[in-house]
Amino acid sequence: MTDLSLDGISLLLVWTAIATYVLAFAAYTIDLAQRSAVSTSAPARTLVAAGGNRGDSPEPAPPASAGSDAHSPRRVWARIGTSLTVLAFLFHLGGTLGRGIAAERVPWANMYEFALTGTLLIVAVYLVVLRLYDLRFLGAFLLGMIVLLLGGATLGFYVEVAPLMDPLKSIWLVIHVFVASLATALFALACGVSVTQLMQGRRERLLAADSVMRKAKKSPRFLTTIPSAETLETLAYRFTIVGFMFWSFTLIAGAIWANDSWGRYWGFDVKEVWTFVIWVLYAGYIHARATRGWRGSRSAWLSIVGFAAVLFNFTIVNIYFPGLHSYSGLTS
Amino acid sequence: MSRSRSDSHTASDPLRPSDHAETAAAAEVTNPSLSVVGWLRWGWTQLTSMRTALLLLLLLAIAAIPGSLFPQRSADPNGVVQWRRNNPEMFPLADALGLFDVYISPWFSAIHLLLFLSLIGCVIPRAKHHYVALRSRPPRTPSRLSRLPAHRELVVAADGDDAERVIATASDMLSRSGYRVERYDQRGSFSVSAERGYLRETGNLVFHVALVGVLVSVAVGGSFAYTGQRVVVEGTTFVNALSDYSSFNPGRFVDGAGLVPYSLTLDDFRVAYRLPGTPGAGQAENFDAQVTVRQPGQEDSEQSVRVNYPITVANDRIYLLGNGYAPTLTVKNGDGDIVFSESQPFLPQDSNMTSLGIIKIPDGLPKQIGLVGFFYPTQGTLPSGAFTSIYPDVVDPVLTFNVFSGDLGIDDGTPRSVYTLDVSGLDQETGGDSGVESLELRPGDTVDLPNGWGSVTWEIDEEMQPVKRFASLQIQQDPSSGGVLVFSVIAMAGLFAGLFVPRRRVWVKARAVEDGVRVEYAGLARGDDPTLQRAIDELARRHSTSVDARPAPADDTDHSHDSTERTPS
Ligand code: HEM
Repeated sequence: MTDLSLDGISLLLVWTAIATYVLAFAAYTIDLAQRSAVSTSAPARTLVAAGGNRGDSPEPAPPASAGSDAHSPRRVWARIGTSLTVLAFLFHLGGTLGRGIAAERVPWANMYEFALTGTLLIVAVYLVVLRLYDLRFLGAFLLGMIVLLLGGATLGFYVEVAPLMDPLKSIWLVIHVFVASLATALFALACGVSVTQLMQGRRERLLAADSVMRKAKKSPRFLTTIPSAETLETLAYRFTIVGFMFWSFTLIAGAIWANDSWGRYWGFDVKEVWTFVIWVLYAGYIHARATRGWRGSRSAWLSIVGFAAVLFNFTIVNIYFPGLHSYSGLTS
Repeated sequence: MSRSRSDSHTASDPLRPSDHAETAAAAEVTNPSLSVVGWLRWGWTQLTSMRTALLLLLLLAIAAIPGSLFPQRSADPNGVVQWRRNNPEMFPLADALGLFDVYISPWFSAIHLLLFLSLIGCVIPRAKHHYVALRSRPPRTPSRLSRLPAHRELVVAADGDDAERVIATASDMLSRSGYRVERYDQRGSFSVSAERGYLRETGNLVFHVALVGVLVSVAVGGSFAYTGQRVVVEGTTFVNALSDYSSFNPGRFVDGAGLVPYSLTLDDFRVAYRLPGTPGAGQAENFDAQVTVRQPGQEDSEQSVRVNYPITVANDRIYLLGNGYAPTLTVKNGDGDIVFSESQPFLPQDSNMTSLGIIKIPDGLPKQIGLVGFFYPTQGTLPSGAFTSIYPDVVDPVLTFNVFSGDLGIDDGTPRSVYTLDVSGLDQETGGDSGVESLELRPGDTVDLPNGWGSVTWEIDEEMQPVKRFASLQIQQDPSSGGVLVFSVIAMAGLFAGLFVPRRRVWVKARAVEDGVRVEYAGLARGDDPTLQRAIDELARRHSTSVDARPAPADDTDHSHDSTERTPS
């Protein structure tokens, strides 16, 4: 790192990205605070659907009636947050590409690189989704997570560029790991939405129980500026089913790879077990959403548990559980 | 947005478990009647309910976890031995609970069998129902379209008599976009009812059935599978017969008698090591076992078995699992007769290929002796004075032996691994506390055994290669893999259709009014359908331009739903 190797430049870019993410996180947090400050003036908006509307397919918002613009202030800090996120994303992308070029292969072959690419994809998916849905209320949550994961990985998992071990020299490294990271990104987003949904749901219940809104005031007030719990649930569901497709593909691609590499497609290796557990948990989530009595908060909890398992699989299992998938790059 | 807003909707609904979120609550089965059949029916309904499926899924997820916390006999038998050594008291209990064979334990099997029973019980009635739905006509047009979640209303400037033509156009348009259509005309009011997306339910059913297919493939194919292992030293040949395997695990219906005769000679084993001073120094790569395959009636073929690239011979897949060194050693007795002469595989113990090998000589010497040898491809010395290997390639190779004498336990017929020696009942003649130096050899050296019993020679065949290498190969056949792959791919396709094909009903209704024809468009989604409103708007736009419309005087949209969807700005 004394001379500016390509890997060194990459690392520098990654730290720049982390610093910029911190700024973006701060901006989004200010936005949430502001939402709380102004929100009391326009509480009605999100409550429309809270009553009878029990469907699972709220339709795309109508071309905004003139009134709703008046309700939503310009959200300067949210905009700053998004701009900073884009900027940080570019640094992050540069750092990741630099790492790949320095290593002369895909930049996802050890823990540090998994984290690098995985978090990059979370931000990428967030930015793409932002074009479809206004999810900026999630910015603080997501970027907080990104800073922890990426910062933690860079501090704790960084290893110098090393050549690939033989078992990793396969086209499946490119496909399997990339798709798994994409699924992780979608699950992360879904988890964020589910957390918000739980908060919103609690607030709606309090409101319904106490029309004077005394207790409801205890809920974070930015909630009044974001969609109803039900809309959030539908959103979380949409992210999850796309993530679930990718995860299923990851599972199958992993089995094909294992069959070439280890001579069996399935062997209940620890990593295989956890991939399976996660898959079953999300299958459970999808079922929960279709089961009477499980819609709403309970299925939201499953989404959160599912993502917790994803994180556990990525961190604890990779580091502490011995198995065939010992590619963290940390042991040697 | 309840699914059963009008009775006609439920008529062709796929039959879902009674507690499916979109089924009317009245269907709940409460108390079984007190007959056996009543109880059975009640049990079956419970088993095939969504709630049971969900609980079983969650149970399955939880039940799979212990298999990652405890070593499993199937994946990591040495780990189990280790665990037993570390926890001798707990072991019997843990073993009785099946914690070392989680995935074949009674409790895990019970969960997954119940889950699949539930699945089958759930899928069969749904499939029947779906079959009927596929042949039935789209349901009657509801009387009040404006109550549906997506709705739009326009007046087209046309003659009042044109209402029928307007609907005919809509019907054409819908059927061209893949809807099944049905006309429901009444006096003065014309309507078309259209439905699409049957593929959604089909996909869902296909997905669930394909899961059963995966399970059955594993069970059936697995009982015809076998896996065997064999260590092959350079220059030697492996013959595909049961007696030539070092281990063989057959499935239930395999006895190993019918193996296809072929042989495989390891001509050369190649491996490259990263040079010191480069990133990843000492890391081995590009393992490559060059083999000659001989099959009766076929020309010999030279092939290369590499990591990730197994070869296929007579339906067997042959994998490269591991490798190591096999020094060639000759042991002579005091009279100079050869009592042992072989290339003995030494098993690698660390990443620098410090390797452990055992030589057992039951006959020809005054006593049975066992040699416990260490091979250091590049010898270095630890601060403690003990040898170690500091680089995995052969740069400065050294062999050391400790000699043990006594009863090797070979004669009583119990099979003993050639890679281990139980020294507990033996006398140590060199090394350790014996007071005699361990034997130490370099390539070509001959050293004497203690007590004048004879000598050990490290033979070198070629100056270039003081030690041969071995490859450990896995030879296996698993007829289940094809079926599992096919069903998994089918499941993926079904999943995709089941999750993303929008299933919806659309109605268009027209009625003559004073200044033209009033047309209503309405849609109802079945399941998650992010594009319903857009689809209805689009239909209204396309249809009305084709029949010349102007906006209805009244509010023409229904916008009661909030959402986070971005509005184009
Ligand atoms: C091995 C066990 C099972 C797995 C892995 C599984 C997985 C899934 C998945 C991934 C979906 C969403 C796919 C789609 O909509 O096409 C789904 C949907 C569904 N499953 Fe299962 N399933 C299992 C067992 C069952 C059982 C036992 C039942 C019956 C009680 C059942 C009933 C349903 C139903 C009704 C849906 C549609 C849900 C909806 O309306 O959104 N599944 N299942």
